[in-house]
Amino acid sequence: MADFEPVLLARIDKPDSVSLAGYRADGGYEALRTALEMEPEAVTAMVKDSALRGRGGAGFPAGLKWTFLPKNHPGPVYLCVNADESEPGTFNNRILMEEDPHQLIEGIAIACHAVRSNTAYIYLRYEYGKSYRVLEAAIKECYAAGLLGENVLGTSFKLDIYLHRGAGAYICGEETGLIESLEGKRAWPRIKPPFPAVEGLFRKPTVVNNVETLCCLSHIVQRGVAWFKSIGVPADPSNPRDMGSYGPKLYCVSGHVNRPCCVELPMGVTARELIDKHGGGVWKGRQVKAVVPGGISMGFLSAEELDTPLDFNGPLKVGCLGLGTAAVVVVDDQTSMVDVLYNCCRFFAHESCGQCTACREGTSWMTKILQRIRAGRGRLEDLDLLQEVAGSMGIIPGTTICGLSDGAAWPVKNALGKFRPEFEEYVRSGRQSITPADELMAVH
Amino acid sequence: MPVLSEEIRNRIREEFAKYPNKRAVTLPALHIVQEASNCVSTAAIKEIAELLELHPAEVSDTMTFYGFFRSGDRPLGHRRVWVCRSISCMLRGGEELLDRVCNRLGVTPGQTTSDGSVTVEYAECLGACEGAPCILVDDDCFLNQTEESVATLIERM
Ligand SMILES: Cc1cc2nc3c(=O)[nH]c(=O)nc-3n(C[C@H](O)[C@H](O)[C@H](O)COP(=O)(O)O)c2cc1C
Ligand code: SF4
Ligand code: FES
Repeated sequence: MADFEPVLLARIDKPDSVSLAGYRADGGYEALRTALEMEPEAVTAMVKDSALRGRGGAGFPAGLKWTFLPKNHPGPVYLCVNADESEPGTFNNRILMEEDPHQLIEGIAIACHAVRSNTAYIYLRYEYGKSYRVLEAAIKECYAAGLLGENVLGTSFKLDIYLHRGAGAYICGEETGLIESLEGKRAWPRIKPPFPAVEGLFRKPTVVNNVETLCCLSHIVQRGVAWFKSIGVPADPSNPRDMGSYGPKLYCVSGHVNRPCCVELPMGVTARELIDKHGGGVWKGRQVKAVVPGGISMGFLSAEELDTPLDFNGPLKVGCLGLGTAAVVVVDDQTSMVDVLYNCCRFFAHESCGQCTACREGTSWMTKILQRIRAGRGRLEDLDLLQEVAGSMGIIPGTTICGLSDGAAWPVKNALGKFRPEFEEYVRSGRQSITPADELMAVH
Repeated sequence: MPVLSEEIRNRIREEFAKYPNKRAVTLPALHIVQEASNCVSTAAIKEIAELLELHPAEVSDTMTFYGFFRSGDRPLGHRRVWVCRSISCMLRGGEELLDRVCNRLGVTPGQTTSDGSVTVEYAECLGACEGAPCILVDDDCFLNQTEESVATLIERM
């Protein structure tokens, strides 16, 4: 395959990638001008035809989601930009915001025109201080230049964009947790339906989209549907439910590779290619033991599964939860899967919002069981218990409100499904791997 | 005597225009207050509630959901250092880094040094995994950290 010409990351190495002048010099905001000349419904139809699927984790088709908004609603309609990026291993939204803020703002404006919204909130995780300052400056420039405010680009379209900072909670990335948090409440995800399109922020029709999803929009408007669909993996004609995996995608590669990176490639690159070609291979000359395909919620690939294409379907075919955020985390053969799984479980126990019993208790018990195993006091029955708890929590078994618990269960299911002999050996040997850091954190 | 200055109150009031109701200003107000005084005291919660036309219990409920905010009896130090403990950092020595930084400063996660200069915490993924292990100082991220580089950062603060 010839080297792929980046689209979303095309401008990030320019010295002036963040300024409005620099963006406009590269043709910035021309796509918005084109979109504003189109009827909102025509923009929505175009995005629907492009088959652009959400980059935030669920892969829902963006244009289709917009059509769920009620017709002829008196308004207001809101757009919430999901910039809470907190899935472990994921950092592509940060790069998009820090390095090319106007690409995002243009995408927001196109989306707002398409869904007839005049107000967008960017829900930004607090930890992204640099993103906050870069976006704040970029938004200010846009108001001064007539790109935001009353008459965008001299048209009758009005748009305000507000930055809203989070406060360090993963669950604010779940779209209804985000909405509750924006409303000034604890971020308890809502029971659905109603879906946000019908009743969302401030009980009004609302669209929630990820930063990377929105960043694709100016390119789709400018280069067209056929161009977008020429990139990636086409829908499988024998499967009418397959919507394809089109367009460029940002893959984050981290963990035990020589060169951790964020790289833009057509959807469908394999984990092996990401590791060997883009990540510079496994560090210290070691071998791969396991790979997280798309953030820890998605589970693990084994070393035998590295040729899995990382499109929306590939990870499903090897028992993972999905493509997720396309954040690839490499685990080398010197690392214990017991420790890796404990790290994942501890994350979810820490981040569960606590309103569903199966999730609150399940994440906490899985963490405790693994800690007992790591303390050398595990029993073989514990492995079955772990699997039983993991099987009982989530939207899939129907016991919880949101997908955090499916994401918490999946690493456990995959680790025990694909690496069980290692867990058994660990338990039998009575080994222990509690560290001083574990003890410090237990004090907290 | 109110604990929130007129300047702080005005900054909170400026947020009202962005939202259709005042409750949505809860997080912005908590950020403004904590940034200015390293904690949000019970008196401050009451005054925020008054400004936002809420019950103090509502403000407190939101505030305590987010581990980020500190009550009056646990104020932050001058600077807050977060050490990431999530998977990509853990795989590259993040937990050892947390241990060393805590030992060096004589604190456990969550505590503040006795001179009030630094609070150390552990963090979940900071979204900078390409630079694992990484830390956040207030809201600035520093990549590829070692015990020595963190010590130098802290000395320069
Ligand atoms: C626990 C949980 C955390 C999530 N975190 C994020 C996040 O940080 N960023 C994001 O864009 N989507 C996140 N999502 C997905 C959102 O709920 C939602 O599907 C997404 O923002 C929709 O945007 P998209 O269609 O453009 O991807 C999360 C979902 C769950 C269940
Ligand atoms: S599944 Fe977990 S995180 Fe999601 S709403 Fe229920 S308790 Fe909260
Ligand atoms: S795991 Fe530490 S920054 Fe992502």
